[in-house]
Amino acid sequence: MLYLELLFQGIVQGSIYALIALGLTLVYGLLRILHVAHAALFTLGGYLGVIVTNATGSFLLATAVAMIVVGFVGIAVYKLAYEPLLSKPPFISLIASIALFIASEEIFRIIFGPYGLSYTNPPMQGYFELFGGFFLKYGEALVIALSVVMLVILGWFAANTRLGVSWRATVTDPDMARAFGINTQNVRYINFFIGSALAAAAGVLVAMLNNLVEPSMGSVASYKALAIIVLGGLGSIRGTLIAAMAIGIIESFGTIYIGHLLDRDALAFAFLIVVLMIRPQGLLGAK
Amino acid sequence: MAYEITLITTMAISILFALSLNFITGFCGQISLGHAAFMGVGAYTSAVMIKAGFPFLLTIPFAGTFAGLLGVLVGFASLRVRHDFLAITTMGVVFLFVGLVRQQEFLGGEVGISGIRGSPFGRIGFMCICLGLAAVFAMFSLAIKRSWMGYVFASIADNEDISRVLGIDVSKYKLIAFVVGTSTAGIAGALYTQHFRFVGPDSFGFVESITVLAMVIVGGIGSVWGVAVAAAFLSVMPLLFQFVNDFKILVYGGLLFCMMRWAPDGLAGIVSRWIKRLRSTS
Repeated sequence: MLYLELLFQGIVQGSIYALIALGLTLVYGLLRILHVAHAALFTLGGYLGVIVTNATGSFLLATAVAMIVVGFVGIAVYKLAYEPLLSKPPFISLIASIALFIASEEIFRIIFGPYGLSYTNPPMQGYFELFGGFFLKYGEALVIALSVVMLVILGWFAANTRLGVSWRATVTDPDMARAFGINTQNVRYINFFIGSALAAAAGVLVAMLNNLVEPSMGSVASYKALAIIVLGGLGSIRGTLIAAMAIGIIESFGTIYIGHLLDRDALAFAFLIVVLMIRPQGLLGAK
Repeated sequence: MAYEITLITTMAISILFALSLNFITGFCGQISLGHAAFMGVGAYTSAVMIKAGFPFLLTIPFAGTFAGLLGVLVGFASLRVRHDFLAITTMGVVFLFVGLVRQQEFLGGEVGISGIRGSPFGRIGFMCICLGLAAVFAMFSLAIKRSWMGYVFASIADNEDISRVLGIDVSKYKLIAFVVGTSTAGIAGALYTQHFRFVGPDSFGFVESITVLAMVIVGGIGSVWGVAVAAAFLSVMPLLFQFVNDFKILVYGGLLFCMMRWAPDGLAGIVSRWIKRLRSTS
């Protein structure tokens, strides 16, 4: 029973990691940028979710607003921060991104206060009772369901729409895509919009699970999501999903069984280092 | 006066630390997001030894050696993973270091080690030791940069595969860069221990690793003078920006971002552009 519960916790955590890391993978796949400030968009999503829910009472509306607004903020970040740095060596945009993230954490603290916000009426508080005293909170079920739905929609979008096809073409070979008349600029915008909207959704969900948003909630997301996309093979979407689940499950079991040796973060990174030493290109990376 | 001495000592330690990363990232082009771990190894080595009764000066070579040993390990990792993969691997090293230290009773766990006895040389004497070590390493860096080895490093930083084709033993030089850089970081760690007389797991985490990388990049990657100036300035910046008190991290983040956005080649780049302009007008 304990195993099942741990596995389940791992899958919930893994779904959230997957939503966050997917946006990062999209950005990396297209622009080769390690987009640390992505975690700031995740936090912004969480704040918008709580504020809109408290103002209107509708959790669904709040999720939609957060995803759309943060999607546009993501495009703005790209225009402001990354576009001018694309021709520079990669660590320049990495440091710029980290600086942006540090500054944004402070901005959240100044605007929304240091103690964080909570829902006045926390949504999704009930739980299902499954076999043998095994409880599943509505919130956790929603996290898994929403992650699956969004990933399926994204997969369908990439495979079946004109936009999706041009997006995949741009990722594979930007110059060739441009030669075929694809507006690669638009593809980049859409890329940032989708990635940031997914991060916002993850932010709303985490805010719901913890019933709290605070300025520093993005700090874990900032580095762990990087570990996940590297583990998955940088730019590989399937690899990212597998890595997110693997890290979620390993953390949930590891903190119970070897938590006295290594803390949660160290566990994730120990796994990362071991995998990279065996497969330097990540789980599903192309060599 | 005591305040100025503390300030200058802090600057000197930061300069040594930043130059040690500059050796790896600036000269040899190997990015590291976990350099604080090596300083941490040195600092903890020194702290445990001083607590056991060893004299401070004797702990310095041990701090350097232990940090260097970890550096060799990471150096071997750098032979296997490259670029962004290496960046995240080194980031993993710092999280592993902090995670391990937190759980070790003999290293003070979460609380760290405090009550380390002060330097036997007095505050001014200790300041001179720090300044001296920083100056020696700066000279050493300048000498290496102008030597044959410096050109080899530059070629590896520029393009590893071409260097290999040219017959350069890339692995050997990468390992050399890691060993020199990390053991120097360990020595900086020993100085840190003696200066603050306290070490804790939070002093050598990811944030500190980013801070030191920021010093190298703001200074102008690879430029010894630029990095030294940037390290001196950035290490005391929180104190200089005391007047904005509540906003100092925001100012720090903002400045760093503007620097990357408009002057990505750092202080060294700005200065060299000025010099060029002066020459062309005269």
